[in-house]
Amino acid sequence: MRRLRWSLWLIVALALALFALFAVQLSRPKSDFVQSAMVGQALPPFDLPPAVEAMPGLASTDFADGQPRLLNVFASWCVPCRAEAPQLEQLRRKGAQIVAVAIRDRPEDVAAFLELYGNPFTRIGSDEISAVQLALGSSGVPETFVVDGQGNITYQHIGDIRDRDVPILLDELRRAGTGAAGA
Amino acid sequence: MRHRGIPLALLSLLLILGLPIGVEAQDTLPPAPYAYRQLDDPVLEAQARELMETLRCLTCQSQSIADSDAPIAGDMRHQVRERIAAGEDPEAVRQWLIERYGDYISYSPQLTQRTWPLFAVPVLLVLIAALIFRRRLGGRKRDAG
Repeated sequence: MRRLRWSLWLIVALALALFALFAVQLSRPKSDFVQSAMVGQALPPFDLPPAVEAMPGLASTDFADGQPRLLNVFASWCVPCRAEAPQLEQLRRKGAQIVAVAIRDRPEDVAAFLELYGNPFTRIGSDEISAVQLALGSSGVPETFVVDGQGNITYQHIGDIRDRDVPILLDELRRAGTGAAGA
Repeated sequence: MRHRGIPLALLSLLLILGLPIGVEAQDTLPPAPYAYRQLDDPVLEAQARELMETLRCLTCQSQSIADSDAPIAGDMRHQVRERIAAGEDPEAVRQWLIERYGDYISYSPQLTQRTWPLFAVPVLLVLIAALIFRRRLGGRKRDAG
């Protein structure tokens, strides 16, 4: 009888532990963001044609020159991409080199977008079937990756860049530049 | 005067159906070649279909890419069909996506270092239950005998 009671208490304790686990997991805020599993890995090989006539396209080999960069995944039809344009410009003025991939876009639409919201980019590749987006593990627009000078992805920012994200991205760029985050 | 209500009902129906489409910005490019086109080989198409039904759409997260009309789902279908047409194994395509998006992208549970307890615990519980039953029933037999 005494042994039975001991095992009953064990069951109660187990059940309580299970409910505690449920409570902890349920009280965590839900995140709809799908993190890329490519952070910490080398960029997938790609070679995209220019998204606008006046500027060069983008290939994964463009990243191997020792300089860390921001890789912005955007589209002219994407509303939050307009909202992050001033922050990208701010990043550019603070010395960030920014290249971009335009998702499912037309040259004239990209040109009009740059005309309206500014052009902080040095290169823009056109990804008409989201192939590079999928290869990057990116799940929407806009997203911004930090890529070190060897072409390794060191950080991913999901969603539009807000004011408070600017120092974070600059810091990640600096870390990618010193080789502290990657290689 | 009842017929006046019909256009209003129609309008509200259209609004209800149309709003989610209108709110989410969409591109104007035509879908990727294999987004809505089946592979010519029915065997390969069946493989692709089976895989697409177990891959999660990234922007409409409780649908499979086979069910979704989102542009990115179309682009994912294109990737799946193209890779399978090129001779890749469906599980290799799934693995390619898992390497990019994590286990989350797959509706078909994978046995990995992190998920093995999910498969092991039920087996363990059944074993424990069987053990308890045997001891109880065995004990009763001894009581009876």
